[in-house]
Amino acid sequence: MNLSRTSAIVIRHFYLVSGSPARVLPLFAWVAIDMVLWGFITKYLNSVSAAGFDFVPVFLGAVLLWDFFTRVMHGVTMAFMEDVWSRNFLNIFATPLSISEYVSGLVLSSIGTSAIGLLVMIILASTIFGLSFLAYGLALIPFLLVLFLFGIALGIVGAAIVLRFGPASEWFIWPVPALVSPFAGVFYPITILPPWMQYISRALPPAYVFENVRAIVAGQPVSGSALIAGVALAVFDVLFACWLFVRVYKHSVRTGLIARYSAESVT
Amino acid sequence: MTNVLFVEKIGKQYGDTIAVQDVSFHVARNEIVGLLGPNGAGKTTTINMVLGVLEPTWGSIKIEGIDVAKQRSKALQCTNFAAVYAPLPGNLSVYQNLRVFGLIYGVKNLSNRIETLLTQFELERFRDMKAGVLSSGEQTRLCLAKAMLNEPHLLLLDEPTASLDPATAHDTRAMIQSFATKGLCGVLWTSHNMYEVEDVCDRVLFLSRGRILLEGDPKVLPQAHGKATLEDLFIAVARE
Repeated sequence: MNLSRTSAIVIRHFYLVSGSPARVLPLFAWVAIDMVLWGFITKYLNSVSAAGFDFVPVFLGAVLLWDFFTRVMHGVTMAFMEDVWSRNFLNIFATPLSISEYVSGLVLSSIGTSAIGLLVMIILASTIFGLSFLAYGLALIPFLLVLFLFGIALGIVGAAIVLRFGPASEWFIWPVPALVSPFAGVFYPITILPPWMQYISRALPPAYVFENVRAIVAGQPVSGSALIAGVALAVFDVLFACWLFVRVYKHSVRTGLIARYSAESVT
Repeated sequence: MTNVLFVEKIGKQYGDTIAVQDVSFHVARNEIVGLLGPNGAGKTTTINMVLGVLEPTWGSIKIEGIDVAKQRSKALQCTNFAAVYAPLPGNLSVYQNLRVFGLIYGVKNLSNRIETLLTQFELERFRDMKAGVLSSGEQTRLCLAKAMLNEPHLLLLDEPTASLDPATAHDTRAMIQSFATKGLCGVLWTSHNMYEVEDVCDRVLFLSRGRILLEGDPKVLPQAHGKATLEDLFIAVARE
């Protein structure tokens, strides 16, 4: 792994973001809107529900964590899509840059962009709506770790799909978090789902996070084994995503897809 | 003269179609080799295979003795290219493009190298302009500056002067010739401008339907095949 080559991908993304308000705004605008919207929803629910139950850590906290995962995933995909939109594959892949260096660059770029979103969400949720992360205790660290790793994994899978099926397939990628959310139990316990959906939930690392978020708010202890399972699943997903990307890249080099990418003619 | 590029019996097959068949050639240090042929002859396919973005179905490619299939990064470290169909990202400035690719190629004293190239290719006044707003000739100069960043031992140029006016094309040819003869570099050059090829190339390879049909000195090759000029020979080969 050559750090100079990896840093080139990060610097490229920094140049693009810093020079374009159209790229800066989405880093925090949508998550800020989500915080405001769900902040007021939770305040309203607190005012009409039985006294004693606080919806803020349940719903607003869940939305914050889910938006963090979404920003991480989109951060990886966006950094990759920049090469698609600027038709830069030939220039990038005809260099000494290795696939591991390239993917590492995408991940590091995503850390930078998702951190901005997370910071904005934390400021809004804590200052305006009184969300306290102290309520989650030390469990917040594995929560964020699981969601970060799963976001990275889905971002790399998204990039692999776009590389394999061409630029038009980007429209498969952006709605992926919405597709996953019913199974992840962001707002409700997964026991409420039909059995077939619960099987899928158990394979999704975020489900272990949100089950524990609700347990903490209900005054129950954190399930260490569930969190370990979530971390292990997320690590497995990252490894699988990297394997898939390398496989798709090798297929693209074999079939000539990289050299003629914009044609979308090679199947 | 030692070989910087050694291509041995490479071929590329897509299903039943053979795009390139058993092509072998070499490029020696300080040599400029012209890869000529009609559209669809397999020139770009061959260049893509040398660049490691297209895997040959068979055969081997070695750059400075390093097998591209086995040690891709190491082989491409001393290689670079410029092609009319691969402009640099238009949403980065001239300087940013050179910086990003300089980091990828691990160029030492990168800032100084960029300044030298900006001067050499007369790009100083476009330094902070987005590459996408440059004229096609200016973009070509930027691509050539990128191709020179790492002072490559193997330079692949696919119609490098296609968008340049005659004066700039003349200066660019002179610059590449000087780079090839003074340094450690060998150049593989494709062009449809036969006068340019005759002027610049030490040796040419005629590629047609994925095979090399002729090879030799562009100044004597036409006469050896009963043609008055290299262009006449090209037309004859293309129609064969």
